[in-house]
Amino acid sequence: MTGFAQNTFNGLVSGAFYALLALGLAVIFGMLRVVNFAHGAFYMLGAFGAYVLLTEAGVPFWAALVIMPVGLGLLGMALERAVIHRLTKLDPLYNFLLTFGLTLILQDLVKLRYGVQSSPYATPSLLSGSVDFGLFDFPTYRVFILGFTVLLCVAVWWALTRTRIGMVVRAATERPDLTRALGIDVGRWVTPVFGFGIGLAGLAGVLAAPMRAVNPLMGADLIIVVFAVVVIGGLGSIFGSVAAGFGIGLVQAWGESYLSNFPIVSQTIVFIVMAGVLLWRPAGLFGREEAPA
Amino acid sequence: MRRTMGVAAASAAVVLVAGCGGGGPQSSGDGKLTGDKIVLGVLNDQSGVYSELSGKNSVTAVEMAIADFTAKYGDKAVTRNITVETADHQNKPDVANSKAQEMYDRKGVDLILDVPTSSAALKVADVAKEKKKLYFNIGAATTDLTGKSCNKYTFHYAYDTYMLANGTGKTTTEQIGKNWYILYPNYAFGQDMEKSFSTAITAAGGTVVGRDGAPFPNTSGDFSTFLLKAPNLNPKPDVLGTMQAGAELVNVVKQYNEFKLRDKGVDLAVGLMFLTDIHSLTPAALAGTTYTDAWYWNFDAKNREFADRFQQKAGTRPTFAHAANYSAAWQYLEAVQAAGTDDADAVVKGLEGKTVEDVFLRNGKIRAEDHRVVHDAYLAQVKPQSEVTEPWDYVKVLKTIPAAEAFRTPSADCKL
Repeated sequence: MTGFAQNTFNGLVSGAFYALLALGLAVIFGMLRVVNFAHGAFYMLGAFGAYVLLTEAGVPFWAALVIMPVGLGLLGMALERAVIHRLTKLDPLYNFLLTFGLTLILQDLVKLRYGVQSSPYATPSLLSGSVDFGLFDFPTYRVFILGFTVLLCVAVWWALTRTRIGMVVRAATERPDLTRALGIDVGRWVTPVFGFGIGLAGLAGVLAAPMRAVNPLMGADLIIVVFAVVVIGGLGSIFGSVAAGFGIGLVQAWGESYLSNFPIVSQTIVFIVMAGVLLWRPAGLFGREEAPA
Repeated sequence: MRRTMGVAAASAAVVLVAGCGGGGPQSSGDGKLTGDKIVLGVLNDQSGVYSELSGKNSVTAVEMAIADFTAKYGDKAVTRNITVETADHQNKPDVANSKAQEMYDRKGVDLILDVPTSSAALKVADVAKEKKKLYFNIGAATTDLTGKSCNKYTFHYAYDTYMLANGTGKTTTEQIGKNWYILYPNYAFGQDMEKSFSTAITAAGGTVVGRDGAPFPNTSGDFSTFLLKAPNLNPKPDVLGTMQAGAELVNVVKQYNEFKLRDKGVDLAVGLMFLTDIHSLTPAALAGTTYTDAWYWNFDAKNREFADRFQQKAGTRPTFAHAANYSAAWQYLEAVQAAGTDDADAVVKGLEGKTVEDVFLRNGKIRAEDHRVVHDAYLAQVKPQSEVTEPWDYVKVLKTIPAAEAFRTPSADCKL
């Protein structure tokens, strides 16, 4: 029982990262119809930025948790204005090439300056202990990540359902053509939404720095699973991406602990789930068959 | 049309270069060198995951060996014209294969050095055999280089999976704890390491109470399910042996600390670790961890003198791979000096069975049976942060493992 609870907890923590990244991908895809392959690179920049702020300017974790998402969000907005917005009317192949190229450039710039070796980043002292849950204890830092992410997701959900911009984003995400036809200027929300998505990736990166290896390739490894998460949740579905993020984290953790005698299954479980979901619901769990644009 | 011309011109140039480079050896053998020069080739990872532990700094080490050699022999040196060629194999076997061919055929390389990544290393061994040219492997761990894939022109220099398992597995079982939980990345290297470690642990009277192959690459970056399992096994393991490398090792160690396994009585032993890994994790995260090191820069005055010179050029302290590259280049040049020729067969004959001693090789011997270069190895332990008084001086050597015990006996699979 203890083991099960611990595994569930860990699954949710992994899931929190997937959810944050998938949420950003989903809103970006929804508004811009751009599959952002550079999302992993921004996650990496979040973690690396935290490391650089700490070692070169003495900026602690808590400040980085604000500075990096905001800074990367602004960078994302600049990029959207400079290049990304030119893609929206073109064949999706171009956005693959551009965002993938962007990933390589960002990774190599970091490599050039800091090398490929992982950089050290300690857990903030306030969170370095563990919390006793009676049956088992659990690292404080992981409890913090879980609580923080859940709060953030609730806040985003509130903003999407209770505010005007949220309404526009939801409408534009589900049916951009209809939204435009209703006379809503979708265009002016595109840039801030892109920045917001990038900011979330950066935030996930800062959160990852104390518990994962901080190196130029950390985003490239993770993003493969995140794409599967987005597809499972339903491409463009905001709720779906968050639910699938946590769900996949759980499935992976349970798979690794209870199917460890079947490494082939436990290692590919995400993709097995994805294949199953797509057979059952081709648009993903919470996706909707798209009306041709 | 223009393209055809270009290709023709390029091929002509290749033929000319190859002709110049390859003209010498058949006619000589009596003190002459191919093209009147020696060319050393460093083939390794210059931009990827192994680029810090060897990479460009291995080239620096080889250049140091050349400078020291020329200084030692002066006008009596077999030649003063010694150059280095380098190439990046990106840890890909097919790239390693073509780069090795290019080095031997077109760049006139007499000896290829380094070549980390076992799969790439084995490809280069095939090329060396086919071209009848020398190859000293330093960076790869597989025992196949001196086992079923051994050949007359390939020597295996610094370490291998047997040495690591025998050192860490055996000594840690004897000195730290009997019950092990082994976590390995589920691919060729990890599976090999798991087998070698299990054998060594059992032979030393220990028990492997649990073993798990983690996905490789572990895309989630999370090892907590395995780490949490460890203290709950029955009997409870005293030691967690992790076979992960690079960024995955960093993840395992970070999370090992997060879950405070050391406080729960589970010590950490690492299968393969380089000085650069300790640097990136910080000694604080690894304090108390044991591993087997092929060489340590601050072990004695001789090593330190080399490390100081190396740091002046490279800006960092050398890993064992850097020191071994220096040593391999040095021993090759000495062998050419002694033979008076760079003819591969003559040099091999001079090297086989030779006892050798230098800044890297202590009680070294180049075994004639399988071309394993045996030497003292070390069981090392990462110091607690409070004992780290100077940058990069992160470990203390618990025990010297004598050359005769550190490596396996020649394998029956090897027919030179």
